[in-house]
Amino acid sequence: MNDVHAWLMVAVIAAVTALTRFLPFLVFGGEKKPPQVVERLGTVLPGAIMAMLVVYCLKGTTFSTAEGWLPAFLGVFVTAGLHVWKRNTLLSIVGGTVCYMLLVQLVF
Amino acid sequence: MKHALKSAFLATLPVMTGYLVLGFGFGLVLMDAGGSIPLAAAMSGFIYAGSMQYAAVGLLTEGSTLLSAALMTLMVNARHLFYGVSMLEKYRGMGVAKPYLIFALTDETYSLLCQQNLPVPESGRKAYCLLVSLLDHLWWVLGTLLGAAAGAVIAINTEGVDFTLTALFVTVLTEQWLTAEDRVPAMIGGGVSLVCLALFGPADFLIPAMAGIALLLILYTDGRRVTRHE
Repeated sequence: MNDVHAWLMVAVIAAVTALTRFLPFLVFGGEKKPPQVVERLGTVLPGAIMAMLVVYCLKGTTFSTAEGWLPAFLGVFVTAGLHVWKRNTLLSIVGGTVCYMLLVQLVF
Repeated sequence: MKHALKSAFLATLPVMTGYLVLGFGFGLVLMDAGGSIPLAAAMSGFIYAGSMQYAAVGLLTEGSTLLSAALMTLMVNARHLFYGVSMLEKYRGMGVAKPYLIFALTDETYSLLCQQNLPVPESGRKAYCLLVSLLDHLWWVLGTLLGAAAGAVIAINTEGVDFTLTALFVTVLTEQWLTAEDRVPAMIGGGVSLVCLALFGPADFLIPAMAGIALLLILYTDGRRVTRHE
């Protein structure tokens, strides 16, 4: 992944990320208020996108064999469970990942 | 300046822990996926957006098109638009430092600087904002470099380490789910993505899913909106 395409993609992602950060200052730098549809989307987009990213991460799941889905499902379960229990972001991430790594390396 | 540095350093300590660990994870995952240390450093230095960098590992591995990378970045980072809107006033009069402050406005830096009462006198506000931004950026790049170096040097069995990104998104989703007043947007996001995954398959579902989510959310908030007088 260290070819020209990868570096181009990093440049594109950096540029679009910067755009999302600079745009409000460029467009609404004066007294203008953002359009309503932007404001409304802003309140609901973060929750929806996070759910989309979870699906994106699990898109390789297959149900033909246990190892195709069980480690990932258990990993997600442990991550979410730890988070409901302790509400500690780092603990949930590290705990869920370690659990998944142990499962794919030792069990499946 | 010395006082501002001390206050800024103390304020960024919780962010330091998080950024060193998540940055380390990112460096490790990127190397595991076949990346290089310069690529890891460039991503953390110039993209400097955690969730998107994790998502980018998948895009890079698959060799996705630049268009889908751009669209995904727009969707994942759209929240920055709203941070910006709320920082318009605070960043007024920041002078030459302003472009950097805007570039470095991550979720965590925003959470430190959006507060009404910063722990410095008015005269030290500019220095404080700049130092907090610089330190957070430093922690993120440092964590990434340590992780990438570890991935390059140490022969540990890293199979499964890419689950870090799934775990990151699951954690943020869980936190949002527990604190949200309205869980419908999360259900729209998950539901539309699953339907598109079933319809279009793993390689092509992302763009239709993003379009569908944006459309449904606009319709949903439009229906929910209370009529108000402008």
